[in-house]
Formats: sequence, C-alpha cells, structure tokens
Amino acid sequence: MTSTAENVQTQSALARRWTVRSFATTWASQIGITVAFVVLWLAFILLAPDTFLDNRIYASFAQTTPYFALPALLLTMVIVSGDIDLSFPSIMGLGMVGFIAIERTTGNVGLAVLAALAVGALAGLLNGVFVTFIGIPALVVTIGTLFLYRGLTLALVNGRSFALVEARDSEMSRVLIGRLFGIPMQFVWLVLVAIGTWVLLYRHRLGQNAHVIGDNRPAAQLMGIPIRRTRIILFVLVGVASAFAGVMNSLQVSNFYPGVGAGYLLPALAAVFVGGTSVFGGRGTIWGTFIGAFMIGAIQAGIVAMGIQAFWTEVIYGGIILAAVSIHAVLQRRFER
Amino acid sequence: MPTLTPGEPEMTVREDGRVAVELRHIHKSFGGVRVLTDVSFRLSAGEVLGLLGDNGAGKSTLIKIITGVHQPDSGQILFGGQEVHALTVDQARALGVETVFQERALAEQLSLWRNIFMGRPISRAFGFLDVRRMRRITVELMGESMGFTSAALTPDTHVTGLSGGERQGLAIVRALHFEADIIILDEPTMGLSLKETDKLLHFVKGIRTAGKSAIFIDHNIFHVYSVADRIVVLDRGRVAGDFPTSRYTLEEVTEIMREVAATGKFVEPERHRATDAASRPDQAAGPR
Repeated sequence: MTSTAENVQTQSALARRWTVRSFATTWASQIGITVAFVVLWLAFILLAPDTFLDNRIYASFAQTTPYFALPALLLTMVIVSGDIDLSFPSIMGLGMVGFIAIERTTGNVGLAVLAALAVGALAGLLNGVFVTFIGIPALVVTIGTLFLYRGLTLALVNGRSFALVEARDSEMSRVLIGRLFGIPMQFVWLVLVAIGTWVLLYRHRLGQNAHVIGDNRPAAQLMGIPIRRTRIILFVLVGVASAFAGVMNSLQVSNFYPGVGAGYLLPALAAVFVGGTSVFGGRGTIWGTFIGAFMIGAIQAGIVAMGIQAFWTEVIYGGIILAAVSIHAVLQRRFER
Repeated sequence: MPTLTPGEPEMTVREDGRVAVELRHIHKSFGGVRVLTDVSFRLSAGEVLGLLGDNGAGKSTLIKIITGVHQPDSGQILFGGQEVHALTVDQARALGVETVFQERALAEQLSLWRNIFMGRPISRAFGFLDVRRMRRITVELMGESMGFTSAALTPDTHVTGLSGGERQGLAIVRALHFEADIIILDEPTMGLSLKETDKLLHFVKGIRTAGKSAIFIDHNIFHVYSVADRIVVLDRGRVAGDFPTSRYTLEEVTEIMREVAATGKFVEPERHRATDAASRPDQAAGPR
C-alpha cells in the first residue's frame, strides 16, 4: 500500500501535470482554427491592403456575420448532441411573421420581438417533438420543416414584403441593431450569445448531457440522462436564436421579405464544421464556430477585394473549407488521443 | 501497489441473509417474443452472484429490468424486501444499483472527469457545473482507487486514450464513488488481457469484502466460478439452475452448463445423484 505522503505527492504531481498537458489536448483543435484564421486574415491584408486595412470592412463583417453566426452557435450544441437542424433559415422568416402580426396590431416593437422569439421557440419545439416522440432522424425532420416553415411564412403573408421603417426608429431597434461605442449591436449580441452558449455547453448540466447523448446514447440512457428533454430544449434554443437573427436582419434592411434567411443554411453549417465540431456528435467547439463564421463571412469579401475573377469565388471557398476540416482531422489524430 | 480494490468500506457489512434484491415471477416479451418466463431469484447482501447463460438467454433483459431500463410485463421487484412498482433508471440508481458496462457506459470523446460524473454532475444553483470540484475528485480517484500512475493520464484525458483495463477501472471507480450497493458487471472481462482480468477479479472479491453485492455476468465459467458465491443459469428466458458455487467443482459446473445448453434442463452431476433430493441444501434446485 502506498503511504499517505506518497499519495499526496502523486496527487499534486497529477494536478500539476494536467494543467500543462490538458491545455494541449483540450485546445489543439481550437488553436488550429485560430491559427488558420490569422493566416487567412494576414493573406487578405497582404493581397488586398486597401480593403483589409480599412475599418469599414470590419464594421460590415460585424453587422452581417451574426445573422448566420447566431443560429450556428446554437446549432453547434444540437450537433454535439448528435442531431442536426436544417430548418433554422426558415425559422428566421416564420419568426418575423409573429413580429409583423404584433407590430402591426399594437405598434409595440418590444412585444413584437418577444412574439418572434416565441414563434421561433414553437418551431424548434415542433422539430424536437417530431425527432424525439415520433423518432424520425433530425436530418429528415428538419428538411421537412425547412420547407414547411418557409411555406407557412409565404402563405401567411401572401408572399408580400412589409416596410419596417417605423420599427427601425424605435428604442428597441437601437438595442438590437444600433451601435455601442461604434460597435454594431449585432456583434455585441453575438458575443453575448457566444459566451452564454459556451457556458451552457461546457459549464452546465444541459451541455454535459448533450455531450453524453451525442457520444454514446445507450450510455446516456443507462445513466438516467433525460435524453428526450435535452434534445427538445436544444431544438427550441436554435429556434429562438434563429428568430432573433431574423428580427435583426429584417430591422437592418428596414424591410421584412418572406425569403429572409434563405441563403444562410450552408454558411452556418460551414461555420460549424470549419470550426472543428464533429459531425458525429459528442464533440464541439463554440470558439471554433465563432471563428469559423467570421472566416466564412470574410472569404467572400476577401476574394472580391483581391480582384480574383468572381468565377473562382466558390472554388476558393470550397478549398478553404476542405483545408480547415483537414487540419482538424490531423490535429485530432495527433493530439487528442 | 496498483489496486482495483475499493477504498475504505464505509458501508457496514449487513447481517447475513438480508436480501438486496429479489425478483418474483418476472415475465417480459418484446413484440410477442418471449424473452423472460417466470424468472425468480434473490441476491443477498454481501453476495456475488454469477449470471451465466448463452447469447439470447435473457441476461441483458434481466439486467435492464433490475436497472429500470425496461419494465416487466408481470412479476414483482423487491429491494431490501420492499416492492418497487414501475421502477425507473433514476429510482434504481437511488436504490444503489450501479452498472459497470465495459465500453457501453463510457463516452469516448469526453474527459475522464466528465465520464466519472456522467448523468449526475456536481452542480451549483441553476444547474451550473462545479468543474473544479469534479476535477479534484477525479484526480483523487485516479491516484487512490484506479492506480493510474501513467504520466499521460489527466482528468482531462479523453477516454479514447485509455486501454481496455483502464476503461474498466474507470467504470468501476465510478460505481464505487457513488456508493453503489448492488454493482452489476456486464461481461467485464471481455477484451481484457490476463493481467487486467486478474485485477478485475480481485476487485470483484473486494465488492463482497465491502459488504456490497454484485451480479457478475460472463460467458466464461472459469471467471465466474472463481469469484461467485452463487450461480444462476439462464436458458431461453428461464432460470435453469440456481446453486451455491461451493456445492460443485468447476468441472461439474461446466458439465451442468453443457447439459443446460443441450437440453435446457438442469441435471444434477453424478457425484450428487446418490444424495436424496430431500436432503439437498436449499436453493440447489432446478427450474422452479
């Protein structure tokens, strides 16, 4: 038997060792994506200095990236739990139907925002109920609701657009899309949501359970984890975040058109996977999704600014995405074992 | 010395003969297919029970009923003499039932501390995790109970980096940390090296010393025979035999198993046939 003194020594040695070692194992993937981000950024500065040394491009990124980065952050949690949600672009539109209904009847923008969030929550709940109670894979359910929610949006407003000029002048609008010390509020909200999501995923029961469910569902069942409830909550959170992004996007352009959000499906998914989240569940990174979203957001602008022919845009897009996920795969094998 | 023995047994050893769990006339079917038919047995406190049976004999269904994953179609489950209705996973855990599955109960991509506290993390108000405390307890458990001295292992190591024996150790330490009374070992020796198997069997003996009970499920009669106080043989959903291990030699148990596999019937080995059936010690009976 080891003596107590020896035990204490072993323990403190273990405690010391993991502070250094765990840094590498836990963060390898995140350091990788951060380095890739910086390299890409430096390349853009070198090749298009006029654009990338000007503050305006960053103000533009800070405004437009959150529209798909917000759903992508919560989508990361869903993917960690082993599910997926492809319907969020349509929830951005459907939430706005709730917004318009309340805004046109009461004129209260704050109430209208709450209505949009409630509609988003309901849409997420419906996804979750189909997935967990009827037992259809999330991929299939949310392809269905991607069409369903967009169709409902179009049908409910007869395909019309609505001007949001008055709503844009409201106090609420300043809180959502105004500026704070010159920083677009969209970006401020994104950072707040990112911090909140990080805490939920790594420092809260919900995230702990999401990880176990995504990694080993039979084990989660054996250990008494509330699988159904956890999965539904995650879908609801994506719904709320998407509706919120839909409101910000519509207010920014002072107009609601029923196609809002339609182009964000692939950029958001790309952000999640470029960031290093595993498509198989059980492992994900909020920091990676955050950085990934800005990489995806910057590529388009960067390529145009570098003066490369527009035909090559998607080629470079695809190349960068493949390079990023390859880096993750290699780092994963080398460090995280 | 690296050991897999439980730490200081805090539980007092219960009086002999107290029943930890008892199943009475359990029936279970899945979609018309009968999996368990009239299964009854008892597990006494401080007893290691070996559960033997072929694939499809109903071992895992039986375990899932005890752990609350499945509910029986009919029959009773009693914990410490008290009947429990509609047992759930949470209830079973609260009653001290803890399962040690080899691989199935670990989340590979998660860290050691997240695996130790899987399903019951230490949290503060509103469900926020107390990560520091969980890491600290994991370091303690690694040093004291698991005998993990490898420099490469930290509380943040992912399970993918562990050997089969280390994984087993992790699952066992988890069960012990939560002060399980009834530890269920589902094929724990599968894929373990000889040395690791020895460690494991040594640990199973430690469960009894600590006054806790265990159900040890394995295909390997040799492993079960060396640690179990009593053996229950399942065959095609029925209890085909239930006897104290000390009554038979290893060769006789092997013979019984062969006979059960072939005929589904319990056949008393030759040495005991001369003995009058009425003078048999209790529980040494065939199907009831």
